[in-house]
Amino acid sequence: MGKIIKYVLYDIVKSKIIIAYTLFLLLLSIGLFNLGGSPDKGLLSLLNLVLLTVPLISIVFATTHFYNSYEFIELLVAQPIDRRKIFLSEYLGVAFALSAAFLVGVGIPVLLFGASLTGVYLVLTGVFITFIFVAMAFLASVITRDKAKGIGIALMLWFYFALIYDGIVLFILYTFGDYPLEHATLAMTALNPVDLGRILVLLNLDVSALMGYTGALYKSILGSLWGISLAFGLLVVWVLAPLLWAKRIFSRKDL
Amino acid sequence: MITIENLCKSYGKLQVLKNVSLEFAAGKVVSIIGPNGAGKTTLGKCLLGMALPNSGDIRLNGESVLNKHAYRRQIGYMPQIGRYPENMKIRQVIEMVRDIRKDGKVVDEELIGLYGLPDMYEKRMGALSGGTKQKVSAALAFMFDPQVLLLDEPTAGLDPISAEILKGKILKEKKKGKLILITSHIMSEVEEVADEVLCLVDGSVKFHETIARLKQQTNEERLSRAIAKIMNGEN
Repeated sequence: MGKIIKYVLYDIVKSKIIIAYTLFLLLLSIGLFNLGGSPDKGLLSLLNLVLLTVPLISIVFATTHFYNSYEFIELLVAQPIDRRKIFLSEYLGVAFALSAAFLVGVGIPVLLFGASLTGVYLVLTGVFITFIFVAMAFLASVITRDKAKGIGIALMLWFYFALIYDGIVLFILYTFGDYPLEHATLAMTALNPVDLGRILVLLNLDVSALMGYTGALYKSILGSLWGISLAFGLLVVWVLAPLLWAKRIFSRKDL
Repeated sequence: MITIENLCKSYGKLQVLKNVSLEFAAGKVVSIIGPNGAGKTTLGKCLLGMALPNSGDIRLNGESVLNKHAYRRQIGYMPQIGRYPENMKIRQVIEMVRDIRKDGKVVDEELIGLYGLPDMYEKRMGALSGGTKQKVSAALAFMFDPQVLLLDEPTAGLDPISAEILKGKILKEKKKGKLILITSHIMSEVEEVADEVLCLVDGSVKFHETIARLKQQTNEERLSRAIAKIMNGEN
């Protein structure tokens, strides 16, 4: 498996897109830390931008990479290698490369300008979001053989998790505003990895005081070690669910 | 050596293979013929596990190959249209496959040498002509000394000299007791290298006979005429 990952990584590094992505994140992070006064403000702005761009770039990059690697996959499938191994190697190769770009582009500036527990959460969240959206991208890619359709599905997924979902949640909160919705809100958060990541980081910033009752409830549940482990556990589920589903489809697919 | 039992495969509503049952013995060159879309390539892909059959079984040396992968060590595959990662060089492709299949066995580099591939090692796969890609495919198929060779239209796109080299290699490997399956449309070529002919029509086996018997049955000197006679006779 290590050998195949090596070739996948080699192919990605050669395409130079990953280097552009690293530089983009690096500029973004350094810029935001130098604009705002306090490191906390910098982290907050960075959080919002990271949660918007990292899923988008991860999912689009991973989908195009998968379709562009079709020849490579076909070549390997005729060799004595387990298909599932080929699939997981492709996944790990792409996820590692994008995570490494994120760690350099965001992790290092955070370490330099805003090293704190919140910073660590931000970096961890970003890595999880990368793994989650690469898994979703692979799911979109194995569902259809048509590249345009696959990228379409991938973009729809991003659109849903990054933008539409929050709209739906706001709509529900507004419509049912007369009812106690604290627990429902909490459950809805778990259903979107982007929101889950956002809340994990926000709770460690002072701004959570502004979030009212729901914020207080979040703080009481997610503020504890138990709650934080639960949140990260949920993120792991968000990585594994699309990944295993995609692997299942891939291992039963005609190539 | 290879036993195929009641193999069925469909792509959506299109039934490509219908209840195909076959037996191939070692040390033979079997030519698989049939009109376009008869299921020749699909049969090969099922054998390789690239396409997964709907029902039926394929056994290599008595063991089912379905949902397994280690058996592919024994198969060398040359695809009809070789598709390779475009930005890899010839050298990298060959080294990669060798790296992945490291089982400590002897590596057969005869075709690499005969085709003069080392002179082109630094060329990108995307920049190669169809024929040169075929040469790379052929070299890779024979490289690991497999027991079974599956060659999908091997000489289409090769120049006459290279095709001749390949035929020589096929006969040489046959003498070592290997099973060689070739799909082809060129009858003169089939006659030259093959022992048996398997004819697929619309996903079913039309006939599977030795060349000598085919000629005897039809009283024809040339294989192409013999086959034409059978095909027309039953229509």
